[in-house]
Amino acid sequence: MLIKRPDPIPILPSEITDAGVHARRRDFLRLSIGAGLVAAAGQPLLPARAQPPSGERLSIASRTDYAAMEKPSDLEDVATYGNYIEFSFDKETAMGLANRRLRVRPWTVRIEGLVRQPRTLAIEDLLRLAPLEERVYRHRCVEGWSMVIPWVGFPLSVLLRQAEPLGSAKYVELVTATQPDTMPNLRSRQVEWPYLEGLRLDEAMHPLTLAAVGMYGQTLPGANGAPLRLVVPWKYGYKGAKSVQVIRLVEREPQTFWNKAQPEEYGFYANVNPDVDHPRWSQARERRIGEFFKRKTLPFNGYADQVAQLYAGMDLRKHY
Amino acid sequence: MGRFDAVTDRQLAGLKTVLFLLALVPAGRLAWGAWQGTLGANPIEAVTRGLGDWTLNFVVLTLCVTPLRKATGWVWLTRLRRMLGLFAFFHATLHVTSYVWFDQFFDWGEIARDILKRPFITAGFAAFAIMALLAATSSNAMVRRLGGRRWRDLHRSIYALALIGVVHYAWMVKKDITLPAAYGAAIAFLLGLRAWWRWQERQRQLAGAYLKKPKGKVIPIAIKR
Ligand code: HEM
Repeated sequence: MLIKRPDPIPILPSEITDAGVHARRRDFLRLSIGAGLVAAAGQPLLPARAQPPSGERLSIASRTDYAAMEKPSDLEDVATYGNYIEFSFDKETAMGLANRRLRVRPWTVRIEGLVRQPRTLAIEDLLRLAPLEERVYRHRCVEGWSMVIPWVGFPLSVLLRQAEPLGSAKYVELVTATQPDTMPNLRSRQVEWPYLEGLRLDEAMHPLTLAAVGMYGQTLPGANGAPLRLVVPWKYGYKGAKSVQVIRLVEREPQTFWNKAQPEEYGFYANVNPDVDHPRWSQARERRIGEFFKRKTLPFNGYADQVAQLYAGMDLRKHY
Repeated sequence: MGRFDAVTDRQLAGLKTVLFLLALVPAGRLAWGAWQGTLGANPIEAVTRGLGDWTLNFVVLTLCVTPLRKATGWVWLTRLRRMLGLFAFFHATLHVTSYVWFDQFFDWGEIARDILKRPFITAGFAAFAIMALLAATSSNAMVRRLGGRRWRDLHRSIYALALIGVVHYAWMVKKDITLPAAYGAAIAFLLGLRAWWRWQERQRQLAGAYLKKPKGKVIPIAIKR
């Protein structure tokens, strides 16, 4: 492109910016720096915004902190920042729509597949199934942000035992709600609905794996997966299926939504792992919502002591 | 003769001032939003993304100048082009600064790894490098130094830059490529126009148009040097 050639075409005066604008280029620089400083001023970045959607108060039997005394994130942030892609690919749109539109009554959860006792439980009964625990967990999204959330719920194992899984059951498949009238993005053909998730049975039965019905002492907002969702704190957030309707015990590894959509980017296991990068970004660090700079991501999101043995002998680079 | 076919230097200066101030609005709004805490739960992401969007917007605006000029006959539009291009660079600089500062905190080793390992960052970096080169050669002095044709050929790399910018965007998104595709379509259209003009020009030349005698009487004019 830069071959020297004779120069028969003169530049027209109209193609040349006058000296005034040219001199003002210095101002661009000054402005760049100025705007950078404003954005860097940290403190005012912590927002004071509207009231979060309020649910019903839940009566909680016990409280346990699994987040090393870290302060929980603002409820407002948790209820407005996240993904619920049945509503929209855009976070803010999705969370707003889900909070306003998701229909959560009547609601039943069916446990089926390789079980002795298939069960269909109404949400009212699920809320009374076991004493409700509050558990403060770290939450790490595959996109590189994280939060600290006080969930309310009970171990998923309590629910699974209701149906008495058979010995042949090796995996759990979760099917989540599809409400065409409330969820506009179900029309998108870029992905395959419904949103499916899955766990190995031992992961599903692990005491840290929670069936959550609330957060911050109240029933879940629509955006956070009302009325019942999965919380698996050592895995990336997308494993936490929202608004669960069917829990199916199966023999083979089930297909999952993100894995089908982009298999080389989103694995079945999805354990939080700072050493295994997402193909398009590093997972070594994360931005805790409400904090300014990124912090280091912990293996298994800091729950390695409790869960690492589940994966003994597995190559976690292959089973990402 | 239309009303806007010719503008005086004073009018143009006024127009440029207005455009200059308008072009500062997006970054100003982001800075204000960050200050007021109205950018949502992840304001840093909102700032980086907003600046990325506006970089691409200004690239597209810059590419619109020549087609608009041809459509309207307003030759003076070209005199706004450099400012638009420099504003694209202004937003790109802030966008990259936001990444270097808030995402990586000046960890140059990590940044170098990112550029080498992550295709979407590689693309962004390539687009930014081209942009920096164009900004650095945007002055009148550089036009003179490079010579008009070489300068013009160099600055045609905005075509490549625009496409690489879209690829950067498309590779960044999680799944939904609607917006990157829309930008891609707009840029493809603007570049397509240029290809079409060239083709037309070529056809004219092949038809030997320049050999035909012009109609009417030729008036000899003297050019004062
Ligand atoms: C060294 C150069 C660059 C780097 C390191 C870089 C980095 C990034 C990063 C990290 C993001 C994602 C932000 C987030 O999700 O938090 C992003 C988004 C983006 N960048 Fe760049 N970028 C560069 C140059 C450019 C250039 C030159 C353009 C335009 C021509 C551009 C346009 C965009 C756009 C449009 C987005 C998406 C914004 C959105 O999601 O709405 N970037 N860039």
